[in-house]
Amino acid sequence: MDPSASTVELRGVSRWYGNVVAVNDVSMTLGPGVTGLLGPNGAGKTTLLHMMAGFLPPSRGELTVAGQPAWRNPELYRMLGLVVDREAVPGFLTAWQFVLASAQLHELPEPEQATERALRQMELQDAWHRRLGTYSKGMRQRARVAAALVHQPTVLLLDEPFNGMDPRQRLHMMDLLHRTADAGAIVLFSSHILEEVEQVSGTVQVMVAGRLAASGDYRSIRRLMTHRPHVFAIRSTDDRRLAVALLAEPAVAGVDIGQSGLTVRAGDYGTFARALPRIAQRERVRVRQVTPSDESLESVFAYLVAP
Amino acid sequence: MNTTIASITARALLGRRRFLLLLPLPLLLVGLTALAHGLHPDPSKWGEPVVAGLGFAVVLPMIALVLGTGVLGAEIDDGTIVHVLATPVSRRDIVLAKLAVAAGITTAVGAVAMFVTGAIVESVRFGLGLAVACAVASIAYSALFLALSLVTRRPVLLGLLYVLIWEGLLGNLLTGSRALSIQQYAVTIAANITPGSVLHARLSLPVALVMSAAFAVGGTLLAIDRLRSFRLTGETS
Repeated sequence: MDPSASTVELRGVSRWYGNVVAVNDVSMTLGPGVTGLLGPNGAGKTTLLHMMAGFLPPSRGELTVAGQPAWRNPELYRMLGLVVDREAVPGFLTAWQFVLASAQLHELPEPEQATERALRQMELQDAWHRRLGTYSKGMRQRARVAAALVHQPTVLLLDEPFNGMDPRQRLHMMDLLHRTADAGAIVLFSSHILEEVEQVSGTVQVMVAGRLAASGDYRSIRRLMTHRPHVFAIRSTDDRRLAVALLAEPAVAGVDIGQSGLTVRAGDYGTFARALPRIAQRERVRVRQVTPSDESLESVFAYLVAP
Repeated sequence: MNTTIASITARALLGRRRFLLLLPLPLLLVGLTALAHGLHPDPSKWGEPVVAGLGFAVVLPMIALVLGTGVLGAEIDDGTIVHVLATPVSRRDIVLAKLAVAAGITTAVGAVAMFVTGAIVESVRFGLGLAVACAVASIAYSALFLALSLVTRRPVLLGLLYVLIWEGLLGNLLTGSRALSIQQYAVTIAANITPGSVLHARLSLPVALVMSAAFAVGGTLLAIDRLRSFRLTGETS
């Protein structure tokens, strides 16, 4: 069997819009199983998924799905299912009509049976005769996933699939992704939430600013993220005295004194959070403000690509 | 033709009483014709302005514009087009199904109004001539406006400019511009079907027929090509 038959392969793929580089020289190979595409907003995840799904040509590089180019190749959709991040559905159709139309457009031999199976998989059997316009956000999302799954694709691409789902629906969706992958499919889903990826996927591709920042086993990447230094901005009644005391603390890696207060780099978030009030009390310094200044996801990811 | 796409498209266009929005202009045309006929039974004074100046110049292209830009443009705007495009249906079949719906409804609405108008103005034969011309023009307009919805983000504006400025204004000032006017093709075809009617052809029949076909085929091919290269845009994260 051709080894490329069950892979999504990117070699030096870039995509730019004018002067803006959305995806920069990304190479990766995806095989059967669940892979999380992780990254902050604006990292290039959606652009990458759109290219894999044949809805954008790479500006440079080569992208193949099961050995075929994705761009301008509608036949690819016989094996590929796509759930985009836009929630739009034709609200005048019922879920049954919507998924049935998808089954018919895929020219399935028994579209009604395929429709019923897909809707039951997404637990929509009690509401499938209701118009999609009356659905909640999470139900619409499940109907869109049902339409993408109706032809049992071997490559399933999902852009932020957990958006709008309640915790029970999330668990169900996670289970579904695992079952789809266990049946031999390549499942790639994007997310900007670490915990989502942690629960679903063992393998991750981390995108930061258009580049592939990390790739591989989730646990080792997560360890890197957890052990990065945390930065806090602190204002107190006596910044200099507090800085001297903090430098003696093992959890503190460095302190900068500026006009607006202290910038403290701590190796361990929890240890520092417990130590700060104790030190302030001992030194009789009143802490007026403590702000974690690098807690955005962007800074977490940026740490991964820091020189 | 892909009946799944055609039926969903027709429901999107006509469902939930949206079809009522298509009726005011044809009713206005028929109403004005009946009023003019009641006031002056001789149509030589008012027949051409009503049939060509209102029917072919405004009513038909406006209906075609709404439907032609709506069959694909609305789905592109709200993003639901991806549900159709992420299937192995050939882009040619998608365009042909959309075109069939747009041209079919435009013809049904426009041709009935024009037939009644023609029957009031002159005769049933004249009405039939107008209906045939209307059907030909509907296909050409629909293909043009469908292609516009894939070429530009402002298909309605460009369509209006074509109908009002190119056909309406320049068509009366510059003789050469009539060769690229679907309105003139329709008038020419109708005038040739019923010679001696109130309509006067400004082009030869072969030119009108060939150019109508060129608009229909050219617009369709352009739409197919653009849909093959359709790119998902919007938020990129």
